[in-house]
Amino acid sequence: MTTAVLFDKVSRHFGAVRAVDSVDLAIVEGEFFAMLGPSGSGKTTCLRLMAGFEQPTDGHIEIFGETAEGVPPYRRNVNTVFQDYALFPHLSILENVAYGLMVKGVAREERLKAAEAALAMVKLPGYGTRRPGQLSGGQRQRVALARALVNRPRVLLLDEPLGALDLKLREQMQEELKTLQKSLGITFVFVTHDQGEALSMADRIAVFNDGKIQQLGTPEEVYKRPQTRFVADFVGSSNVLSPIFVKRLGYPARYASLRPEALSLGQGTGARKTVTGRLVATNFLGASNRLTIEADEGTRIAAMVPASIAVPEQGSGVTLSFAAEDLHLMDDAA
Amino acid sequence: MSAITDNSILEGRSGTFGRLSDFFWRNPKILLFLMLAPPLLWLGIVYLGALFALLLQSFFSIDEYSGLINYEFTLDTYRQLLIPSNFDIILRTVVMAALVTLASALIAFPIAYYAARYARGKWKALFYLGVMLPLWSSYLVKIYAWKLILAKEGILTWIFAKLHLSWLLDGWLSLPIVGGNSLSISYTGTFIVFVYVWMPFMILPIQAALERVPGNLIEASADLGGHPAQTFRYVLFPLALPGIIAGSIFTFSLTLGDYIIPQIIGSSRLFIGQAVYAQQGTAGNIPLAAAFTVVPIVIMGLYLWMAKKQGAFDAL
Repeated sequence: MTTAVLFDKVSRHFGAVRAVDSVDLAIVEGEFFAMLGPSGSGKTTCLRLMAGFEQPTDGHIEIFGETAEGVPPYRRNVNTVFQDYALFPHLSILENVAYGLMVKGVAREERLKAAEAALAMVKLPGYGTRRPGQLSGGQRQRVALARALVNRPRVLLLDEPLGALDLKLREQMQEELKTLQKSLGITFVFVTHDQGEALSMADRIAVFNDGKIQQLGTPEEVYKRPQTRFVADFVGSSNVLSPIFVKRLGYPARYASLRPEALSLGQGTGARKTVTGRLVATNFLGASNRLTIEADEGTRIAAMVPASIAVPEQGSGVTLSFAAEDLHLMDDAA
Repeated sequence: MSAITDNSILEGRSGTFGRLSDFFWRNPKILLFLMLAPPLLWLGIVYLGALFALLLQSFFSIDEYSGLINYEFTLDTYRQLLIPSNFDIILRTVVMAALVTLASALIAFPIAYYAARYARGKWKALFYLGVMLPLWSSYLVKIYAWKLILAKEGILTWIFAKLHLSWLLDGWLSLPIVGGNSLSISYTGTFIVFVYVWMPFMILPIQAALERVPGNLIEASADLGGHPAQTFRYVLFPLALPGIIAGSIFTFSLTLGDYIIPQIIGSSRLFIGQAVYAQQGTAGNIPLAAAFTVVPIVIMGLYLWMAKKQGAFDAL
């Protein structure tokens, strides 16, 4: 396993703001790596450090074993798909896609052919003569992808590339990106604030907050075994239970995460743990209902139950149950 | 308070203004017409009308003996433009305007680039102040100040002497055409003052154009492997071109038409503006003055047409 991108205690400070604060990271060649976090969490700055738009204040960066500090973006075999695509408005689509090859001195005929092939790969054949302004957001997104991939980068950086698309298109592009990544075998580093996107696409996820990585692992690990309260809350909006509450349920007094879908209505059968409370809110989500109960101690717990099950009356006493192993104790002491 | 009511349709404001607002809201085209009519009338009659009258004059001729205007259509006046002494004036002016434009663009670009990309807050304010401040003082005062600076006894000669570079200045002044007795009576002096006086008109449009270039396009070019020079050549310059063209329209046409700077600073050889001034004043040859005036208009027309053909406005 080759390490594609390595961060060794990398920091990037802007004045007093620690945008990236001593981050360690090793992205493996050929993996789909997601950096997930709220805005201002440092994930985009990390991406910019990889692209070379930012230089680290401290620490060491390697790209395929070579030191990257002080290396300008144009000497890195890394390409970026920008959040708002950054297509050159004065060039045609074909010229946009061929740009990287042009500045590297590839002959005109050859680069236009390669650009045409790249456009076909992103399912936009024959769009070459148009201008960026004449394309829809989704199409521009594909052009940006083709423009980056035509250079055969060793690492492809994607900065919230699906953020501006509507839901339907976003789901379709997620699928396509994933397929493309598998067939090309290029390392993808993907920045997003959408946890669903990160979970469904990535091989591994780094969850960022306050310039630090909160947790790094496979989607399943991050989702099922969040290490911190932040991760539990941010990824899949889990119920974060206080140590006192957890102790009362018969566990050690630590913060714990309990996924809403692990809870079901009623006592259940066998050795299930139960919580009781008053139903304070019901949200209909289509396939399921999200019930929020206020447990006796004032703790609110959300449960996801199938829509086919009748919802109890608002304000009535409700019992929820869950399998003992579904409650996940977190490391976070505070 | 009665300002908040339960009515679903609020009562109209009373008075003429209230009714007028409602009326214009329902008929926006009438409002547009009322707003545009006065300036269009002014532009159409006073401005374009005068220009047309001028154009007409250039097709008349002057009677050599009586000095009266002969109101018969003729191309004679234009033929006069082509005689060597007149054609020299045109050539001299066009070359000067082209050089002034080129130099202004070269000097203005880095300044505009700094202002658009790097200057923030008070530095931006300082930039605007620095660029605009010279425009607030009288044009004549600035030119006379330059006359003193460029004079043989002026500060520039003194600085060259202090730097032991007098040989450079003297060497330059001994060159044909661009040289002369001193900077203040040479084409070089005229050139310097033109560049100085029109500089703001070049900086501001370029700055406005660069301001509209998203920073991530520069990053995208670098990301795709474009070296800084390539990024400039293929991204920054094409996108700034409309601004450079706009600025050059100012510097070029202002130089073509100016008659004060070459009169105060430079040799006694005429520029188009001076020729117009002399022809319609002392010489009383209005048709020839008009014909001279048509020259910059035609040149500007050609210039814009060429700029458009070159795709200078594609990025707009």
